[in-house]
Amino acid sequence: MTPGSPSPRREGTPAGGSGPAALIADPFRPSPWPRVAAVALVAYVIYASAQMEISWERVVIGLENAARFFGRLFPPNFSRWDLLVKGLLESLEIAVLASTLGILLALPIGLAAARNLMPAWVSWPARFIIVTARSFHPVIVAILFVKAVGFGALAGILALTVASIGFIGKLFTEAIEEISLKQVEAVRATGASFASVLAFGVLPQVFSRFIGFCTYQLDSNLRNSTMVGIVGAGGIGGTLFAAFQRFDYDFVCAILIAIISLIMIGEILATGVRAIFIDGATFGDLLRRRRHVATGRAPVLEDD
Amino acid sequence: MLKLNRLCKSYVAGVPVLTDIDIEIASRGITAIIGPSGTGKSTLIRCINRLVEPTSGEMLFEGADLARLGGAALRHARRHIGMVFQEYNLVERLTVMENLLSGRLGYVSAWRAWRRKFPPEDIRRAYDLLDVVGLTGFALQRADALSGGQRQRVGIARAVMQQPKLLLADEPTSSLDPKTSVEIMQLLADLAQQHMIPVLVNMHDVELARRFADRILGMAGGRIVFDGPPAALDDDVLKRIYGGEGWLQ
Amino acid sequence: MAATAPVPAGVGERIWQRFSPAQRLTRFAVYLVIVAAIVASIRTVEVIPEFLADAPEQVVDLVTRMWPPDWGHYPETVHAALMETLHIASLGTLLALLLALPVGILAAHNLVPSTPVNLAAKLILVSSRSVNSLVWALLFVGIFGPGALAGTLAIAFRSIGFVGKLFGEALEEAQQGPIEALAAAGAPWTSRMTFGYWPQVKPAFWSIALFRWDINVRESAVLGIVGAGGIGMALDSALNLFQWDRVAVILLAIFAVVIIAEVVVTQLRRRII
Repeated sequence: MTPGSPSPRREGTPAGGSGPAALIADPFRPSPWPRVAAVALVAYVIYASAQMEISWERVVIGLENAARFFGRLFPPNFSRWDLLVKGLLESLEIAVLASTLGILLALPIGLAAARNLMPAWVSWPARFIIVTARSFHPVIVAILFVKAVGFGALAGILALTVASIGFIGKLFTEAIEEISLKQVEAVRATGASFASVLAFGVLPQVFSRFIGFCTYQLDSNLRNSTMVGIVGAGGIGGTLFAAFQRFDYDFVCAILIAIISLIMIGEILATGVRAIFIDGATFGDLLRRRRHVATGRAPVLEDD
Repeated sequence: MLKLNRLCKSYVAGVPVLTDIDIEIASRGITAIIGPSGTGKSTLIRCINRLVEPTSGEMLFEGADLARLGGAALRHARRHIGMVFQEYNLVERLTVMENLLSGRLGYVSAWRAWRRKFPPEDIRRAYDLLDVVGLTGFALQRADALSGGQRQRVGIARAVMQQPKLLLADEPTSSLDPKTSVEIMQLLADLAQQHMIPVLVNMHDVELARRFADRILGMAGGRIVFDGPPAALDDDVLKRIYGGEGWLQ
Repeated sequence: MAATAPVPAGVGERIWQRFSPAQRLTRFAVYLVIVAAIVASIRTVEVIPEFLADAPEQVVDLVTRMWPPDWGHYPETVHAALMETLHIASLGTLLALLLALPVGILAAHNLVPSTPVNLAAKLILVSSRSVNSLVWALLFVGIFGPGALAGTLAIAFRSIGFVGKLFGEALEEAQQGPIEALAAAGAPWTSRMTFGYWPQVKPAFWSIALFRWDINVRESAVLGIVGAGGIGMALDSALNLFQWDRVAVILLAIFAVVIIAEVVVTQLRRRII
């Protein structure tokens, strides 16, 4: 929202002057667009809220409900921890296997989709696969897989594998397309085989970014694996949904705390792995939290 | 105008960068601080407007000790001290005019500043300054479209917009080519005389200092080792300041 | 990549090793853990062989039931639900932008130099990101009842973490020089924000906003499965009634909307940024 408001500060022509008008031009470019956009935005909010019947009264009533609701959430009830742990472990398995399978499949597909290395008849089908994999929400894909392979973790694994292929494949292809071909040329000029050209010319340039994608996708799969259970694809999502429908809100709270903790741990581990493989950190570095080594700063990666 | 009493600064305890700096700056004239890199010239300048916190000592300015001020009082004091930076420090995405007017941010409320409602005298003054620094017509250009020399002119104009009682300059010409450096120093000198503001500038180019300064402070090892007119700056003094002979002509 | 450590061993001989021993140990440990995790997962995951065996049959069955899609279903139900989905995505994103701005500022150490405040803000952001929009939707359906309100809030609360984190990073990466200059001129904190930081982070902000809106369109489409409004509810009822031809229409509609949203975002991005 730029304050591009026109502030006319004109001084009139000097009295009796016949020369060019001594106008002091507007120092701030008068641009109507930000104003127009702001008004349009407010109008839209009012319109959309009305369409969806969101009114202030509903929010207020809801807030009273919320107070009651939070009362029932706390204190969290961990008594059925065995169920909780079972669900968490299943989600963890789903995330691990989906990531593994996804990475393994995304590598060749991503490589095939790179227009600077592959001919068109190879890259176009590969690109199509990646785009399709990305287009559908993991939950929708999970629903379809539940129909195909039945309830349970397998549907979840397959669904998240598809999501992983879409994400890692796209980023991997982009990374390959951005490499400096001069470096590849130099390696090729030494007479190296295609595999060696890949290993010494292409991979070093994309490796660190690749580690970044993979660790991000693992975290993402961890997050998604906690919810595909809602549609029957295994994991803690199912436990959560069931508890919700039984109004066991204190158990719900326990599950949520567990999920958040699991994901936070996952992010910490991911940062560690990035530090180890990208910055060459050792356990000593990580424990001593040597910043300049163990930053493992990921490229800006958020996709969901 | 400005009096520094026993100013000391250590970034790391026990390793002083500035030791017992005692200076008095008169209300007219250009004072240049010269000395080798790392001797604390920049630290000294930045202590004055508290961009760097002094470890001990007093800095008396306009009846108050700058070292003790906090919050709004510090901001009010800073309004009266203009600063020109080596890297210009303009807000790149804003226009030249907006950069100039940001010199008045200490005087204008945040709300009016956000809506760009500056007083008409400020705008008039800004246009006049643009003419003086030779950037007429550049008012609506984005700062990142300007060359280094042009940006520093904007930087100087911004500092003068504050209507300061004192002008600090931290290596204002170090990022500029020799010809532009002379132009910028000339501009600084002209403006200082025109608006009757004392200037305290640190630089590493001794010839430039000799040419434009009325008074030279030589620093070595965090202390003032020379204080006098440029004429008194002979080779012995320079050796005292910079050490070594290889670089002397 | 990793640091190379020339290791002098023995007289006159210098070995070149790609990784130091400590690094190799660490990397090996990580590999070990990864392989162990994979193996453990494969063994414990429950795969019911019968289901797997008739999977191809199921897929064929699915496809035949989905084709031809029930186009007539669109104008009656799907269109309105699709619009509602877009509203949920848009309002939710706007609300998130509003809420994430202060939290992102509080989390940036160079703006608010109070570490406990930074940590508290970062905790809010992490929690927001760790809980899926679907789970947020569940919560809000519990509080506000089924409908679009729950969906909008779910999208908003999930997006706060995303926007706040990226925006905070943009703030932390802003050039400090101009800020310093404004401080030296005596500008108050608010003016330093609006004149110093905002011009620098504006492009990043809009980019993040557009990016999140795009993702939210996809997310909003499925929230209805837990009752939070939008096309997900139509999808849910069609699924429950095994009306696969309607499911097909709905899926195609979602796909179309997602593609349109991507195109819109690409165009806007070029214009604004």
